[in-house]
Amino acid sequence: MNLNLKKSMDSRKGKNKLIYILVCLFSFFAMIPLFLILWDVISKGYKNFNINLFTKVTPSSMDALIANMNGDPIPGGILNGITGSVLIVGLAILFSVPLGLFIGIYLSENRDKKFAGLVSYLTDLLQGMPSIVIGIIAYAWVVKPLGSYSALAGSVALTMMMLPMIVRSTEETLKMLPVSYKEAGLALGSSYTSVVFNILLPSGFGGIFTGILLAISRVMGETAPLMLTALGASVVNWNVMEPTSALPLLIWDFYNDPNLVELVWSTSLLLLIFIFLLNWIAKIVARKWKI
Amino acid sequence: MKPVLQMKDVSVSYTPGTFAVKNVTTDIYPNTITAIMGPSGCGKSTLLRAINRMHDLYANIKTTGEITLKGNNIFNMNSMEVRRLAGMVFQQPNPFPTMSIYENVLAGYKLNGISLKKREKDEIVEQSLQSVALWDEVKDVMSKRGSFLSGGQQQRLCIARTLALKPEILLMDEPTSALDPISTNKIEELLLELKQKFTIIVVTHNMSQAARISDNSMFMYLGELVEHGNTTQMFTKPKNKRTEEYLTGVFG
Repeated sequence: MNLNLKKSMDSRKGKNKLIYILVCLFSFFAMIPLFLILWDVISKGYKNFNINLFTKVTPSSMDALIANMNGDPIPGGILNGITGSVLIVGLAILFSVPLGLFIGIYLSENRDKKFAGLVSYLTDLLQGMPSIVIGIIAYAWVVKPLGSYSALAGSVALTMMMLPMIVRSTEETLKMLPVSYKEAGLALGSSYTSVVFNILLPSGFGGIFTGILLAISRVMGETAPLMLTALGASVVNWNVMEPTSALPLLIWDFYNDPNLVELVWSTSLLLLIFIFLLNWIAKIVARKWKI
Repeated sequence: MKPVLQMKDVSVSYTPGTFAVKNVTTDIYPNTITAIMGPSGCGKSTLLRAINRMHDLYANIKTTGEITLKGNNIFNMNSMEVRRLAGMVFQQPNPFPTMSIYENVLAGYKLNGISLKKREKDEIVEQSLQSVALWDEVKDVMSKRGSFLSGGQQQRLCIARTLALKPEILLMDEPTSALDPISTNKIEELLLELKQKFTIIVVTHNMSQAARISDNSMFMYLGELVEHGNTTQMFTKPKNKRTEEYLTGVFG
């Protein structure tokens, strides 16, 4: 081998090795905060992670103060937050999934239309909208006219946050399906609607469902928009027209109350477990339904 | 004998002013296999897809001229009806991925919202799979997904799915180009059987395939129908110089 060539080869190999080491190192650094967060939340949260947490509502600050002084565990839990999150997020799913599916189908099937381009652009804008702004909008649209903070208002805010994610995942999933599925369906003499519901949506189920789960896990932890809409409550509430609590709202309340601050960690731990589970299910679904 | 399919001045354009198919006029007779051949990009598939109005799906494609199927102008018919009368088999086997083998055969009925009794379903499935010689191979794995089968089996499944709706004619767009020689041979034998009941139009850029299976051949070049006639005659004594050059390998 030419000596010069060998020299340049050696230096390139060296560079290659250096970059490889850097990439590994930085990936490792990036993981550190995540592990620290998990460690913090678990080590501080497990103390109050007991049956009370799931069966009792938030105690009053005074009760907690007395318990703290006597060295007893905090006499209460976050049942109102769990049920509230289920109610608000559940309602938001009910609103956003059908709407998001239809918009996604429209966008993937009408790629060249001007109106579709506009909708697509607006979806991107909505995706980038700060959550506090969405909260204020939901306040103006729902809380003000109805005269009360409510779970419904919270759901409207979360719907606006979930919508662009569901639209995008539906659109992208459907776009990835081979056009031959659609053509084969239509070639059998079926209507367009029938092809969409019997072939395209089932074929894209994995991707679409994963998108929905990720959207849910994303809004589960949203706090700002709920402060302006659902407000919070210290009782279990299933009435959509009444103020309702939610897990992230409770975390904020606990943080502001020195007597209850212990519960911040247990509530965070539960929220993390929920989100972890959703992501895990999303992964399994994505793998199982791959075509 | 009356032609089952007639084309008169059929032109198709993807962009205004340029034609992928130019003024094709011809007749197709029942219970024959017609092979459309020609080099890539000559408009074979485009012509085939005009027959079941597949071009309707794409706003930029314009089809002009007249196509009559059993005496009815297809452009005056409902496109869904046209497609049920003119079944299509695609180049890539494409069984529906979320349906079982059984469901795939019945897909046309499901998609069209036609409800059948269990007994009728079983009968249609068995009959359709028998007619594509797939029944014995799959009768014990009916509940498996279509994608479980080999490529050749998948393609026969797709043919069965089309036949289940009892179409008048069968349009096939290079149905064997994605398959191995053994599967290809099976499908070719199958086509020779099927022409007892159906009229078949098959696009191919495999000349020997056209020679093996077709009764009549159409040779297309640059969007025009250069020659259409009896296959044996065309392969032995082509009327047109272009056809002769293509068949002897001067270009293609």
